[in-house]
Amino acid sequence: MAQPNNYGFGEEAALLKESARKFFREHFTTDKLHALVAADHNPDRAPTCDWDQSLWQKLVDLGWTMLAVPESAGGVGMPVAAVAGLVEELGRAAFPCPLLGTLNATYVLIGCGADGEAALADIASGESATLAFSNRHGSWDPGATEVRHDADGLHGSAWFVQDAAKSDRLLVCAHTENGLGLFWLPMNAPGVSRVADGIVDLTRDQAHIRFDGSPAVQVSANALAAINNAMPAVWTLLAADMVGAAEWQLQTSVDYAATRKQFDHTLGYFQAIKHPLVEVMLLIDEAKSLVYNAACACDTEVGKAAQYAHMAKASASDMAAYASSRSVQTHGGIGFTWECHVHLYFKRQKHSQVLWGDGSWHRARLADILIGAAA
Amino acid sequence: MSESARKDTPEQAEFRAYCREWLAANKPGEPSVRLPQSPLEIMTEDQLSYLQAWQKSAYDAGLVGCDYPVEVGGGGRSNCQTVANEEMMAARTPFFPNVIGLGMAAPTVFYHAREDVKSELLPRLFSGEDIWCQGFSEPGAGSDLASVQTFAERKGDKWVINGHKVWTSLAHFAEWMIILLRTDKSHKYDGLSYFVVPIRSALGKGVTVRPLIKITGETGFNEVIFDNLEVDDRFRLDELGKGWQVAMTTLLHERGAGELQTPRAGGMKNKSTHAITAGNVIELAKACKRGEENSAADDPLLRDKIMRQLIREEGLKQNQRRTRVQALLDHPMRLPLQNKLLASEIAQQTAALALEVEGMRSSLYLADENAPAGGQWPLAYMNSYGMTIAAGTSEVQRNILGERVLGLAKSK
Ligand SMILES: Cc1cc2nc3c(=O)[nH]c(=O)nc-3n(C[C@H](O)[C@H](O)[C@H](O)COP(=O)(O)OP(=O)(O)OC[C@H]3O[C@@H](n4cnc5c(N)ncnc54)[C@H](O)[C@@H]3O)c2cc1C
Repeated sequence: MAQPNNYGFGEEAALLKESARKFFREHFTTDKLHALVAADHNPDRAPTCDWDQSLWQKLVDLGWTMLAVPESAGGVGMPVAAVAGLVEELGRAAFPCPLLGTLNATYVLIGCGADGEAALADIASGESATLAFSNRHGSWDPGATEVRHDADGLHGSAWFVQDAAKSDRLLVCAHTENGLGLFWLPMNAPGVSRVADGIVDLTRDQAHIRFDGSPAVQVSANALAAINNAMPAVWTLLAADMVGAAEWQLQTSVDYAATRKQFDHTLGYFQAIKHPLVEVMLLIDEAKSLVYNAACACDTEVGKAAQYAHMAKASASDMAAYASSRSVQTHGGIGFTWECHVHLYFKRQKHSQVLWGDGSWHRARLADILIGAAA
Repeated sequence: MSESARKDTPEQAEFRAYCREWLAANKPGEPSVRLPQSPLEIMTEDQLSYLQAWQKSAYDAGLVGCDYPVEVGGGGRSNCQTVANEEMMAARTPFFPNVIGLGMAAPTVFYHAREDVKSELLPRLFSGEDIWCQGFSEPGAGSDLASVQTFAERKGDKWVINGHKVWTSLAHFAEWMIILLRTDKSHKYDGLSYFVVPIRSALGKGVTVRPLIKITGETGFNEVIFDNLEVDDRFRLDELGKGWQVAMTTLLHERGAGELQTPRAGGMKNKSTHAITAGNVIELAKACKRGEENSAADDPLLRDKIMRQLIREEGLKQNQRRTRVQALLDHPMRLPLQNKLLASEIAQQTAALALEVEGMRSSLYLADENAPAGGQWPLAYMNSYGMTIAAGTSEVQRNILGERVLGLAKSK
């Protein structure tokens, strides 16, 4: 099936993106973000989870956490392309919250059919969620999970669980007697213990989660199918977040280069500053165009969704590394300080670059699709 | 049915059907000579006459200049050139030889010349009977185009031209040249005026054309020396001193950002033309054996590099698609101004990668029968620098993007 020319990014999508931009501009400035998450600079401090829960509640009340939930399960059923627009704005604001995890869980649950509907209804009612898929080595292969499910519930540990301290629910991939299954349970279910990771990124929290006979509802007996079905959207939305964050990095660097003077000129006069900033723009635009193409494939050309989403995430990961590098270097000494805001985005991007696979990981998978497996 | 066909106006839809039918019956067969990779490297009369015959037949059929008014030799249609272009590309025709005429001279003459000059010159430009060239660059004026020194001095209702143009593509076949001249030495920009001047008919009478040899060994561009060439005042475009503004019309169309769509054909597949795409590098990699059991396509590092290129190509394609999605754009010129820069640099990297894939066999060039793909990849790689230098170098494109889009201070 051919994709619509405009990525299916219609009036409703444009309106959503615009109102998200306005929402964050009004309620969540970068000053506010800094005050919220960077109060303590001590690298040896205990992990914390700093977020504006009442603002998150506003976002929930606006219905933005259930945009992807199908109408049949009480949601809005917006296309991935429209959701990507919202997530791009979330990334621009670097707003700490469990929206990405909630959307990720939504896409996996959609692939669970009837068994996933009750869980989708939880999300539609305003609960947040996060995926617990990875093992201690950070493998993205669902089969590598260290969690298993038996008669008395879930056992073992899941690692690198995103925004765990902010999420109401867990969607866990676990071994069962009959292959991989998916399980849905509250974060505060019996036998669940959460150990916060000490991470670089100040705009997220992360944890590893121990299950010790935790009761959980099985939402799928064929986890692989549901996960493979959802991953293109997961990769695409993370890439959209990175594009938004990079737009902030570019604009902030350009503003600085247009005002700071050295040698009687603003910095932007010098091509050693100007040309790399142009390069950042070129890379952002590549990633952004690929994000909407991948999102549109998730909506209308599922056979190619994985291929296009690999492209989007690979492009976004490499782009983010360069945008981050230039944002610090362009600011000079001030860019190396805790006080200057660029470090918040530098760290968020660093986290996003490797989350759900870095550039080479995605290119290797893309090569398997387009060239065929290597001999 | 192609995506673009679905949103055709009734006029476009009817024209598309006509083009398709005509092309099915009239697309020329394979040439007996090796064709160059682009019209800018046409070297021989044989190559030229094959390509000129094709352009003439396409013009006679109404596929060239469709959107220009009938009075100047056009088709009098609206927004139909795009349709013809799409259909010609889809039919994989040869390219048109008169590229500079169609892409740059035609819109400039159309917007700025006297009516009688338009109807005299444009029909033979569209048909390809007259090849055109562009005399902008000089030995002392490249990126800093406004510093041209070739001078036109008034003599009654004639102008006398003296000076030296360089890198003039297709001048060796050209009847006419669009030329940027100095008419006043005291003002850099306002001292420029724009003319069309005869070349072939003035050879030995004030005009000398000397071929320059390219890095590839091919010819295709030239230096052109003016020694008291006399030109009628009616061949001046627009007012005296308005040369810079007229040149902007030329450059805008050259960069594909002008009002009028350039007639464009191409896509013909034969052993001597080779699209510079990552897809073709994959095919090449599969064919380049590394041992009995494996090929370059099994090498994880090469796979990674090929995917990088493929992703960049798809990104450019998607940029072009996103250019038409208003809600996903910030600055209106942000994507259009990236196009030439990206296309030329991506092609250069892809060609370089093909040489890496070929390994030691990339040392073999056109004349070697063992050269993979007939030696086209080393040719393409060397040729790719023409694209990153001509029509505003990559560095100049980055200046433009940094200044016009990001709003950074103008570099000298
Ligand atoms: C294949 C080919 C076909 C051509 N055909 C034609 C034609 O038909 N008609 C015509 O008029 N011209 C033609 N040209 C000429 C072309 O337009 C010029 O080569 C081009 O504008 C660059 O000028 P230059 O060669 O003098 O290089 P220069 O301007 O001397 O540049 C040399 C180097 O310095 C860099 N540079 C220059 N200024 C700046 C700056 N401000 N900031 C940063 N870097 C800078 C350039 O990017 C380049 O890397 C052609 C060139 C090629 C390669």
